[in-house]
Amino acid sequence: MIKTDVVIIGAGPTGLFCAHQLGIIGLKCEIVDNLDKIGGQCIELYPDKPIYDIPAVPKCTGEELTNNLIEQVKPFNFNFHLSDRVQELKNENNKWLVKTINGKEFETPNIVIAGGVGSFEPRKFPTKSAEKYDGKSVLYSIKDKTIFKDKSVVIFGGGDSALDWAIELSNSSKVTLVHRRDEFRGAPASVQKIKELSDNKTIDLITKYSIKDVKGNGSLESVEIKSELGESKVIKADYVLGFFGLIMQLGPIAEWGLNLNKKTIPVNTENFETNKKGIFAIGDICTYPGKLKLILSGFHEGALAARGCFKYARPDEKYRFEFTTASSTIKDRLGVKE
Amino acid sequence: MAKIKYIEFNGTEHEANVANGLSVMEGAIQNDIPGIDADCGGGMSCATCHVYINDDEWLKKLPEKEMGEDDMLDQAFEPKFNSRLSCQLIVSDDLDGLTVHMPEKQV
Repeated sequence: MIKTDVVIIGAGPTGLFCAHQLGIIGLKCEIVDNLDKIGGQCIELYPDKPIYDIPAVPKCTGEELTNNLIEQVKPFNFNFHLSDRVQELKNENNKWLVKTINGKEFETPNIVIAGGVGSFEPRKFPTKSAEKYDGKSVLYSIKDKTIFKDKSVVIFGGGDSALDWAIELSNSSKVTLVHRRDEFRGAPASVQKIKELSDNKTIDLITKYSIKDVKGNGSLESVEIKSELGESKVIKADYVLGFFGLIMQLGPIAEWGLNLNKKTIPVNTENFETNKKGIFAIGDICTYPGKLKLILSGFHEGALAARGCFKYARPDEKYRFEFTTASSTIKDRLGVKE
Repeated sequence: MAKIKYIEFNGTEHEANVANGLSVMEGAIQNDIPGIDADCGGGMSCATCHVYINDDEWLKKLPEKEMGEDDMLDQAFEPKFNSRLSCQLIVSDDLDGLTVHMPEKQV
């Protein structure tokens, strides 16, 4: 059990800046995110896209913004719990007990939900029959590539994950790559390689088809694919892999009694507390009259929520407002030497 | 201004007068029309405002997809040849009478 002042759910820009603000006012926090890296949507959806509306930063990419925020929060040495997800909240004696899917437990008076539009999860096949084999022979990520040796593997998708795995697995498996159109969004070099492998019959490349059904008797045997013209084909398959990118799912947050309104959490605009004492929501996931889904609004919300956390974390102390330019206490916390 | 018809997967029809300059996605969100999620808010980075244009004439008449839209549609739920991202369809008088069909789900 880790005791802390605040648990932040979400390591996107809003969560990171809130952590910084908590550090500035002398509070500790633990940050949980289900991605395997820090940065949230900025790093997962648009690492290379320039952002033009961060105050005083005329232009920066999602990755640059993330790296700068990581550097800014570094002096406080907060723990990041990546590839993990908060699953359960329980209130006991005015403390929140927080459990994650990896079995971590926190005790905290404050939770800040900075969860964006939810956690990123792989998009799955729309076919019902694929669910039966999910995690066994229908997979959306690869942990151990040795299981595919000498097997028939059918890969769906047109992005880098699909192309890279098709190339990699073609060394030791019978690979079929199926994509819904002739163009691929993967890196040009990978697309070129796929075309070569297809020309010399190392892999089967089938375009303008998508999945229709998976079939098997206990274990997976084949996958049926269809074209938009109504043609269909059946391909022998020991494994079916789908790489359609990530979608955002709200997940367990929806079950915490936070009066959700269209996947967003209503908050007050004084300190961004929700209807539950000690639970705050900031960034894209919160809603209030006039809400703008801008990163800069998330920064503002995080700064105020941090002050809101102070009164529950330090009930016997009075919060004192200080400037980073003037306060020696803050400079100590930042490790600044003058 | 254009009158846009949004048809949910279950057949429920909605009509909205959408101001020029807004996207077809925003027309749905501002009028509380279900079936379009628009998780990323119009950044062409999530594929949850996916719609089908079932009418061939309209499909031809709409401005062509820009680079990146088809890449995003690869990641949509059941994309087809007539799939579009409604955040990329900007409303003008020319779009008056457009009908879009929503997929079974967005995520």
